[in-house]
Amino acid sequence: MALQDLRIPTLGQAMRPNIWDVVALILVIGAMVLIVYGGEQTTAPLSTLDVTPVSLDPSNLPAYALRTTLRMLLAIVCSIIFTFVYAALAAKSRRAEMVLIPLLDILQSVPILGFLTFTVVFFMNLFPGSVFGAELACVFAIFTSQAWNMTFSMYQSMRNVPKDLEEASQSFHLSGWQHFWRLDVPFAMPGLIWNTMMSMSGGWFFVVASEAITVGNTTVTLPGIGSYVALGIQKQNLPAIGYAILAMLLVIIAYDQLLFRPVVAWADKFRFEQTASGNAPTSWMLDLFRRTRALRALSYPFAAMNKMISNWHLAVPAILKRPAKNGPPSRVIDALWLVLIVVSTSYAAWRIYQYLSATLGPLDFLSAIGYGLITLLRVIVLIFFATLIWVPVGVWIGLRPKLAERIQPLAQFLAAFPANLAFPVFVVIIVRYGLNANIWLSPLMILGTQWYILFNVIAGASAFPTDLREAAGSFHLRGWRWWVKVILPGIFPYYITGAITASGGSWNASIVAEVASWGDAHLTATGIGAYIATATEAGDFPRVVLGIAIMCILVTLFNRLLWRPLYAFGERRLRLG
Amino acid sequence: MLDQTVQNSLLDIRGVCRSFPKGSGEDLLVLEKVDLTLRAGEIVGLLGRSGSGKSTLLRIIAGLISPSSGDAKCRGETIVGPPNGVSMVFQSFALFPWLTVLQNVELGLEALGVESTERRTRALAAIDLIGLDGFESAYPKELSGGMRQRVGFARALVVHPDLLLMDEPFSALDVLTAETLRTDLIDLWIEGRLPIKSVLMVTHNIEEAVLMCDRILVFSSNPGRVAAEIKVDLPHPRNRLDPTFRQLVDSIYARMTQRAEPKSPAIEGIHGTGVGMVLNHVSSNVLSGLIETLAGAPYNGHADLPILAGHLQLEADEIFHLGEALQLLRFAQLSEGDLMLTDAGKRFAHLETDARKKLFAEHLINYVPVMGLIRRVLDERPSHTAPAARFRNELEDYMSEDYADETLKTIVSWGRYAELFAYDEQSELFSLENPH
Repeated sequence: MALQDLRIPTLGQAMRPNIWDVVALILVIGAMVLIVYGGEQTTAPLSTLDVTPVSLDPSNLPAYALRTTLRMLLAIVCSIIFTFVYAALAAKSRRAEMVLIPLLDILQSVPILGFLTFTVVFFMNLFPGSVFGAELACVFAIFTSQAWNMTFSMYQSMRNVPKDLEEASQSFHLSGWQHFWRLDVPFAMPGLIWNTMMSMSGGWFFVVASEAITVGNTTVTLPGIGSYVALGIQKQNLPAIGYAILAMLLVIIAYDQLLFRPVVAWADKFRFEQTASGNAPTSWMLDLFRRTRALRALSYPFAAMNKMISNWHLAVPAILKRPAKNGPPSRVIDALWLVLIVVSTSYAAWRIYQYLSATLGPLDFLSAIGYGLITLLRVIVLIFFATLIWVPVGVWIGLRPKLAERIQPLAQFLAAFPANLAFPVFVVIIVRYGLNANIWLSPLMILGTQWYILFNVIAGASAFPTDLREAAGSFHLRGWRWWVKVILPGIFPYYITGAITASGGSWNASIVAEVASWGDAHLTATGIGAYIATATEAGDFPRVVLGIAIMCILVTLFNRLLWRPLYAFGERRLRLG
Repeated sequence: MLDQTVQNSLLDIRGVCRSFPKGSGEDLLVLEKVDLTLRAGEIVGLLGRSGSGKSTLLRIIAGLISPSSGDAKCRGETIVGPPNGVSMVFQSFALFPWLTVLQNVELGLEALGVESTERRTRALAAIDLIGLDGFESAYPKELSGGMRQRVGFARALVVHPDLLLMDEPFSALDVLTAETLRTDLIDLWIEGRLPIKSVLMVTHNIEEAVLMCDRILVFSSNPGRVAAEIKVDLPHPRNRLDPTFRQLVDSIYARMTQRAEPKSPAIEGIHGTGVGMVLNHVSSNVLSGLIETLAGAPYNGHADLPILAGHLQLEADEIFHLGEALQLLRFAQLSEGDLMLTDAGKRFAHLETDARKKLFAEHLINYVPVMGLIRRVLDERPSHTAPAARFRNELEDYMSEDYADETLKTIVSWGRYAELFAYDEQSELFSLENPH
């Protein structure tokens, strides 16, 4: 069903990190170093932005909400364009694939707020002293939170286009361009749309976080809901936080209603179920959205445009074509390509080493790793508690269809809601009662992402076959035994999908959650998130690079060594039907 | 212009070979020195077992893959990529699920850049011809299998190809639907209403080939080559119950089982024997059932394959698989289109479950070399366990990865039934321990 389209790449890749991951990691970090290095070389000081100050007057909120929404829309358009180009390249060219796919995998685990540090520097240098640069940086940050899993989904679909359709399109002489629009894109559509929705959910979090950010002596405040909240925190204005939350609620509902419902309803026909086997997606989400068929009419212009574009007679440049299945690929070009990769990776590695070793000693590395492990511990403990709470609740709800129907959209909505808007409410409590920041700031990390566990478990429990439940009942399976033998294995694949998303989100959230403030009170928890956040605020780029690299490595290892094997196990042994 | 093409052959295949890389690095030859000439006005069938390379040949002609050596020409031009004037009907229909019937049919014309009003007229004509009126705006998933394949035909015919290629077009359909579609197609063909000159079809259904084709090329397996060419002179419409028809079917059955025979005796080092034997997966339940059927009335240990196939409602290909499995295990013998139980087979039919398992195990060890090998390895190792990879690698020295997987699956299922060893799918480990 649709849920399995989520970001877990069930590619032919080995589970364990391999040499390509290392190459990709070095290239990503290297690119960051080069950007910062370039920024520091320019003599122009990073200017402090002079923009219209944000005001806490609630009547300004609609305008702020609109700007936030537009940023979001712009980012999603960029993400879609990026997805088409990048995925097509990776899927059609074997050599590009070698580098692009591990790169994508690493990019997925780079903490998105970490990107922000670099992109702000980069774009501010590009457009010194203008709001435009800051706007671009913000859009780019949202883009980085959305693009990777969409691209992955598209790439996987393109590599899994059914062979007979591939042959049919070939034998009816479809050009490369027609093939892409008539076969690849429609086939990838369901997965892509699902991932776009997930990306949008994640995106709200980052749009809020990136509208007000301080990098060294540059403070960027873009009019929007995020900066409104930031000001509210500064001014210790709790009602303002409430207004912002309300505005955000309305914006997300509107987005949902006006954009995604029509799109999903329209995309219904792309679901690939020619062989009418029983695996029609039982997606609660589609069911939910499908009720708005009337809005379909809105999609007609898109269909016409698609038809026009897809009929252009363009041939794919010969370079991009996968070599014909018989002739062996040219070894010479392969070798040259490999040399190129090795050289650029070595160069990047050398730059990273040079940059970091100039200011940092081995002790810094050790302490960063230590911070990383502390945050890792936090993530594990939080996922554990979230599981303990939401799995029973989710099962209880999921087994009651009427209730599930009503709760499910709510859980999905909560997952999309940017939890960082609600942080101040918790921080106020911590400050007032003088609670230990190291412990009580932690739950903020999972505040927004725990819902992924809940709604996936609900989906799993609702999809649990009735006959199996009845069988369990007739054999008098009850209590402990029922949980362990019947329902837990049944929802396992769904739970894992939710837990992976929740854990990935928690890592990201750690950068904003381990450091919090309310007016003059600043709370800091020990961890890699706080490490990165503090270094960002101080403009200490070597430490930011180090922190991000460590977090990247930890997230990748955590995913490869724990989540992916579990996911593969669930898919292989416990997927029902 | 017409006369010229009639005189020249439509298709000219000379000495075509095709090999695929296999696990161990060497290539696996699937087509060896195939010759084929196709003239206008005939329906030619490529008949053979699965793995005889007939689909590979069809794909070479369709320009979807290229031959490893030899010369493939369509209308005098060497085939590079899908040739013009050739279209294909697929076993799985290969319809685009997001396009309606009409859009699917128009697709081939769009690719050719046919202008939109003409496109519409031609598509509607093809839909009309093939009996799809009223379904123009339906999506494929709303249609039954037979209707979907009609869309497949309409889509192939609408481009007015000289040559229509069909890759087992009826094998995904149920018996009745397939028959209706076959006769509809043949009716259109003899009335001259199909906008095509020739048909080349791949099939493993012997009756279907005799029913439809003017000429049948029988393929032998491993590697695939043309074993015989059979002309079918019966006038259309043909009657399955006509004695001449039956005779032809029987003789082809006999020919195909004859071919199967020399495979079994051990020829050292040759693909298909020894440890490197490809085992098609047949459930031990089916084998037991078949032995019981053969032992009982009316067969009493001796069955004519076409009759048995008809009785059990099996395709020729399936009945061959079953017969060969029994022959391999020495429970039965295949020859001249007949299947006869051996003494062991007769004994098996009258045994209890546990005794059957014992007999099965005995025959596995004695007659299936890879089974003996696995058992030996397990006995010799102190841990009495062995990873599946150990045997998969060995199998892949002889066969492609797909066949190695299939063979391994068969090994596991037979070995489990015979209680020769246990297998843990999670760790991919063979062992001697049995859970008690």
